[in-house]
Amino acid sequence: MAIKKTNPMEYGKDMEIIDSDMMNQIIKMVKNYDYNQYTEADVKRVMSKETLKPDDFGVILSPAALPFLEELAKKAVTETRKHFGNNVCLFTPLYISNYCENHCVYCGFNCKNKIRRGKLSFAEMEEELKAIAETGLKELLILTGESRHQSGVGYIGEAIKLAANYFTNIGIEIYPLNSDEYAYLHDCGADFVSVYQETYNIDKYEQVHLSGSKRIFPYRFYSQERAIQGGMRGVAFGALLGLDDFRKDAFATGLHAFLMQQKYPHAEIAFSTPRLRPFINNADNNPNDVHEKQLLQVMIAFRLLMPYAGITISTRERAGFRDNVIGMVATKISAGVSVGVGGHKLEEKADEQFEISDPRSVPEVHRMILSKGLQPVYTDYIRV
Amino acid sequence: MNDQLVIGGHCFQSRFILGSGKFSLEIMKAVVENGGAEIVTLALRRANIGGEENILEHIPDHVTLLPNTSGARNAEEAVRIARLAREVNCGDFVKVEVIRDSKYLMPDNYETIKATEILAKEGFIVMPYMYPDLNVARALVDAGAAAVMPLAAPIGSNKGLSTKDFIQILVDEIDLPIIVDAGIGRPSEACEVMEMGVDAVMCNTAVATAGNVALMAKAFGQAIAAGRNTHLAGLGRVLNRVAEASSPLTGFLED
Repeated sequence: MAIKKTNPMEYGKDMEIIDSDMMNQIIKMVKNYDYNQYTEADVKRVMSKETLKPDDFGVILSPAALPFLEELAKKAVTETRKHFGNNVCLFTPLYISNYCENHCVYCGFNCKNKIRRGKLSFAEMEEELKAIAETGLKELLILTGESRHQSGVGYIGEAIKLAANYFTNIGIEIYPLNSDEYAYLHDCGADFVSVYQETYNIDKYEQVHLSGSKRIFPYRFYSQERAIQGGMRGVAFGALLGLDDFRKDAFATGLHAFLMQQKYPHAEIAFSTPRLRPFINNADNNPNDVHEKQLLQVMIAFRLLMPYAGITISTRERAGFRDNVIGMVATKISAGVSVGVGGHKLEEKADEQFEISDPRSVPEVHRMILSKGLQPVYTDYIRV
Repeated sequence: MNDQLVIGGHCFQSRFILGSGKFSLEIMKAVVENGGAEIVTLALRRANIGGEENILEHIPDHVTLLPNTSGARNAEEAVRIARLAREVNCGDFVKVEVIRDSKYLMPDNYETIKATEILAKEGFIVMPYMYPDLNVARALVDAGAAAVMPLAAPIGSNKGLSTKDFIQILVDEIDLPIIVDAGIGRPSEACEVMEMGVDAVMCNTAVATAGNVALMAKAFGQAIAAGRNTHLAGLGRVLNRVAEASSPLTGFLED
């Protein structure tokens, strides 16, 4: 039986619609973004600027800027140090559930994938939280798969309340919510929300999100804005680089964050740069391919566009890459990571979303940061 | 000559206040000693009391702690952070910092006045960080501030004395210690504001991002002392570049 495809631009029942035109603005700007038009002269002109506008950001993301990566890195490190000094924040994720109702073709958690599913009971959660807290970490990122039925807002709220007994900073990376639900989770103790758009190309978005509420593009797009309206302190942005044309997606991600900061000047802004790894032996053939060079180029472009924004380096990257981008562009790094459900104290209760490339413990990452002449920071915010 | 900096009845020999938020904790002691700082600010949000890399364990005992309220977005949050600082034995000094702008980190003068008034009434020695505006500075005096801390340029910018003329107005008009905070990029600029009559200088980024942090701290300490001495000594005659008119303009006047 053929499944009827839903319109990804149509909001579902109970999804809050906010009065904002940001999505259309960004889609228009990305449509007009032709990164091949830029030349060496454009790159040099932008590199001499002190602050970047969105158009300049487009230049730094272009292929013409790639030969200038070393000079751009030097400019980036100066900005990072000016705004963050030697500080590198430490955190770890805790997956509390991997049930999912979405069919996203690229994701290991997708509902069609026959993996071990599970979620932590509150008693199990407490065990995990205690084990993580014993490592000295004070910042926690709570994650779930996207299932309102299995991991409802109430369940997540209770998890946050438990975590607040052990951690000073609690972020969430869960399915998009309405602003009143964000307000509730803020009251429970969370204050930072990460939602990744995956791709800003609506056609591609539709192709890779076959079913589930995630298929609805605008509801996901406006998550950060609803989160800030719900009282959250900050929001993180990202696209899954390599899913579509990564330059356009990185451009859209930067614009999204830039326009949000303009609209909500008090909001803390952060970026993440997850990527799909290119196939081996396919080097440079596909404009979507994100090798380490291109990944660093994207991170540098974010840094130069918004020197004050946090940038988190993914556990998906190898230790050698992570160790060298902290202090240069990245300001936050995970440590002691388990991406299965549980795994810190208890045996993993359900399968992992992806394979991590850096399994180092908190003390190992701590020592690495010190060896770079940088300062590990365990807490960077005080909730009062 | 006993030239002391007096804030809220407390006396200090050094006029160099060190910010601590941007450099590695293991060199804290050397930086404090090299710069001769007697006051060190610390962000309570980053203190991690009882945990790993607790800044309080790295600040020498003889130093006066100046906890700041960074992270506060309004007066209410600033007040709560200040109270928390007192609870964890950081003393009665507090630098009020209220920022609602993540891009430039500009202080919100209005909320700063409100927080200052509340905290001063609670017995804190309040040192508000502010954008240099004379009317706001007067309001801070009325609110019970113990000093006023105008910015020279945006935090972390190392841009130097962008607000020089407005700081001079505060020096001339406000009868409280004026402590320049934020934006100073090099020791010569610290020296220059001290020559203007500013009472002390606070520095963080310019020291933290230097090639040799401890040496830069020393350079700041010396520059601030030199600027202070210059101010006390009074600058000598400065020759005009344009030649004086040979015949006096007032020679026509009769006795």
